[in-house]
Amino acid sequence: MRKLLLSALTAAALALLPQSAAQAAKEEVVLGLSQDRVAITATFDGSEILIFGAVKREAPIPTDEPLEVIVAVSGPAPSVMVRRKEKKLGIWVNVDSVLVDSAPAFYAVATSAPFAQVLNDTEDLRYRVSIKRAIRSVGAAMHIRGAQAFADAVVRIREKNGLYSLRENTVAVDQQTLFRTAIAMPADLTEGDYQTRIFLTRGGEVVSSYETTIDVRKVGLERFLFSLSREQPFLYGLMSLAIAIAAGWSASAAFSLLRNR
Amino acid sequence: MNAFLLLGLGGMVGVLSGMFGVGGGFLMTPLLFFIGIPPAVAVATEANQIVASSFSGVLAHFRRRTVDIKMGLVLQAGGLMGAALGVVVFNYLKALGQVDLLVKLCYVVFLGVVGGLMFIESLNAIRKSKKAGGAAPAARRQRGWVHALPFKMRFRTSGLYISVIPPVLVGVCVGILAAIMGVGGGFIMVPAMIYILGMPTKVVVGTSLFQIILVTGFTTMLHATTNYTVDIVLAVLLLVGGVIGAQIGTRIGVYLKAEQLRILLALMVIAVCVKLGLDLLLQPAELFSLGEAGGH
Repeated sequence: MRKLLLSALTAAALALLPQSAAQAAKEEVVLGLSQDRVAITATFDGSEILIFGAVKREAPIPTDEPLEVIVAVSGPAPSVMVRRKEKKLGIWVNVDSVLVDSAPAFYAVATSAPFAQVLNDTEDLRYRVSIKRAIRSVGAAMHIRGAQAFADAVVRIREKNGLYSLRENTVAVDQQTLFRTAIAMPADLTEGDYQTRIFLTRGGEVVSSYETTIDVRKVGLERFLFSLSREQPFLYGLMSLAIAIAAGWSASAAFSLLRNR
Repeated sequence: MNAFLLLGLGGMVGVLSGMFGVGGGFLMTPLLFFIGIPPAVAVATEANQIVASSFSGVLAHFRRRTVDIKMGLVLQAGGLMGAALGVVVFNYLKALGQVDLLVKLCYVVFLGVVGGLMFIESLNAIRKSKKAGGAAPAARRQRGWVHALPFKMRFRTSGLYISVIPPVLVGVCVGILAAIMGVGGGFIMVPAMIYILGMPTKVVVGTSLFQIILVTGFTTMLHATTNYTVDIVLAVLLLVGGVIGAQIGTRIGVYLKAEQLRILLALMVIAVCVKLGLDLLLQPAELFSLGEAGGH
């Protein structure tokens, strides 16, 4: 990984060299990822993805406002059933439910300064960057009375489980040109394409954005067991039983052998 | 989920099941709830694990010829019906979002009743053994309504000639429990076999294990094909821990008196029951819960 990092940095440095005369004051992202695939194996216990890059510009660094960077990683968004408990006959039972159409299974925003400083509200609304904006923009089902409480619950529960997070001041920006951050991903990741967006902002306004995807897939044994259980559930069930019987038999055999010695 | 935690949990319950001679499903499943495994997964996976531990146990009983195969088959016929019924109920409530409640309520009721009875009974036993110096309780055989029923059948190993209706009914009940609670049901079946069917004690455990294998196996298949909630990796981890723990437990059990063992077990069952009950009674910190959409 270090090698990869180095080469990306050299490329970034090259891009920095003053090119022909000052053209339009444009700033662009040149990006590197420590890995663009995350493999969920049977022993997967989380992963950290290093996201780094440089700002390519063809004009001197503007001096008015400092450059800030936002990195937002968003997981696949299947619909989720949210249930609410209420006390009935003395015990707490699920009383009603709302189907929240699409809420990402994972959402992390890393910024180079406090969020309010790097992005103003209008721009947030437009690009849906903050957790609140990214999740609340879910469609349908939302017309149900009190539905907002259910959407809030999704955010609250997933924040608590570390699936949604706002990590302020975790993007390091060097010389207004190089930036890097590490996004930690928890062990219980959902499979899918993780959309990664990078925004360059000045004075709360987005000056440039860049998008790429990180591929999160189950591999090996985990992949095999998962697809078997969904596509061939009968075979999967038989296999579970066979393993159980084999284990039971070998335990009995092993211990009777031990006892007889 | 941490593999060592699961191995340890399997081992701990294994020690207990070895010490007390119980299947351990009724302790393992609630413990899985406590560490945050969804009840639907816990129940289905535990059913799979019980297949392993029962199979390991029944082999020893086959060697000693303490399995009434015919009776086991009759019980199994009922058990399969019960399991199918249980899974239907389970899936129906799952669609309503009430399956967690169902499973936990069942546990509170059964653990409460079984733990309470066991506690009282072992207290009495200790008191009696202090007074009478440990006279064995007289064998009890019920000969009432069970013998008035039709469809009689001869069970040679048990030395019984009784109607098949009571064993089938016992099987149905245990099957339902297996499907809903992820337990073998030994703690219900053993007393039922002794007191209702009047089977001799020496064949009771082997026969109940024999019946449990097929019923929990069938339950595993039903959960795997309708809910996809059997987790093979989880089952294997619990199983490995459980098998080793059981052997250690058997050795520890030798040094303790039967009444003391039973009182310990009763207290543990009651503790788990109280914890589950409190979870239902006290206001949860989070009133909302997330579930997979598009459930059945």
